[in-house]
Amino acid sequence: MDQQTNTAPNPTKVECLSDRELAVTRLFDAPVAMVFKAWSDPSLFRRWWVPEGHGINLVGCDMDVRTGGKYRLEFAAGDQTMAFHGKYLDVVPNQKIVWTNDEGEDDGQVTTVTFEDRGGKTLVTYRDSFPSEGALEEAMNGAAKGLPQQFDQLAELLASER
Amino acid sequence: MVQYATPDLDLSFAALSDATRRGIIDQLGRADASITALAERFRMTLTGMKKHVAVLERAGLVVTRKEGRVRTCRLGGRGLAAEAEWIEAHRKLFEARFDALDRVLQDMKQEEENGSAD
Repeated sequence: MDQQTNTAPNPTKVECLSDRELAVTRLFDAPVAMVFKAWSDPSLFRRWWVPEGHGINLVGCDMDVRTGGKYRLEFAAGDQTMAFHGKYLDVVPNQKIVWTNDEGEDDGQVTTVTFEDRGGKTLVTYRDSFPSEGALEEAMNGAAKGLPQQFDQLAELLASER
Repeated sequence: MVQYATPDLDLSFAALSDATRRGIIDQLGRADASITALAERFRMTLTGMKKHVAVLERAGLVVTRKEGRVRTCRLGGRGLAAEAEWIEAHRKLFEARFDALDRVLQDMKQEEENGSAD
């Protein structure tokens, strides 16, 4: 809101809110209920979470989107497979989804996605909160060293394809 | 490996919260450049560019070196590369994801308009 990024109609903004929180925001031209459905219905979610054309396929997508429910996403890229899993800590329909990321060895980040009505459109804020300053730093260093930080692998794979 | 002095993450993030500065990092990721060249590239005054570079330098993301009358900038030590890449990778990933989500939402709208063709 405070920055003028008028190159694209709905830019994706990434910023660090603190030394252990990263936030991604974007405005979607659709009502909150529809956007929430696209995040919480596995058959819809799998159509966009891993964009096509990057050589990565979502081969498994189990999501029980309600407080206390679990998820497991399995990806395949070439002969490499990776799985992301965790549980939903808090789900409030049309407002927010909070989940853990339990694939790492240590405490993973907690992801909070909020949905806010903006005059019929929806502002989505995706926030990763790391358990400590060190954890965010480690995630970054891990990305650089190629440690098995799966999200980073995926991010790098996708980034390299663009 | 040598343990590099880690620049303060707060400083790094503040430095990278600006689109122009991210652009500078991206540019320096391809090749070192003088402040004058960067100013031209980003259509900015020399003074403006110097300020941006100073912020990046304080955060340890960029190192400058003066040769004669030209000050050349390059990506700083380890720090930057890792952090900037990480943030940039996130941005690219989410941009791709959210572009795809936009298309899914368009489809959903379309279906709704067509009166739910099951």
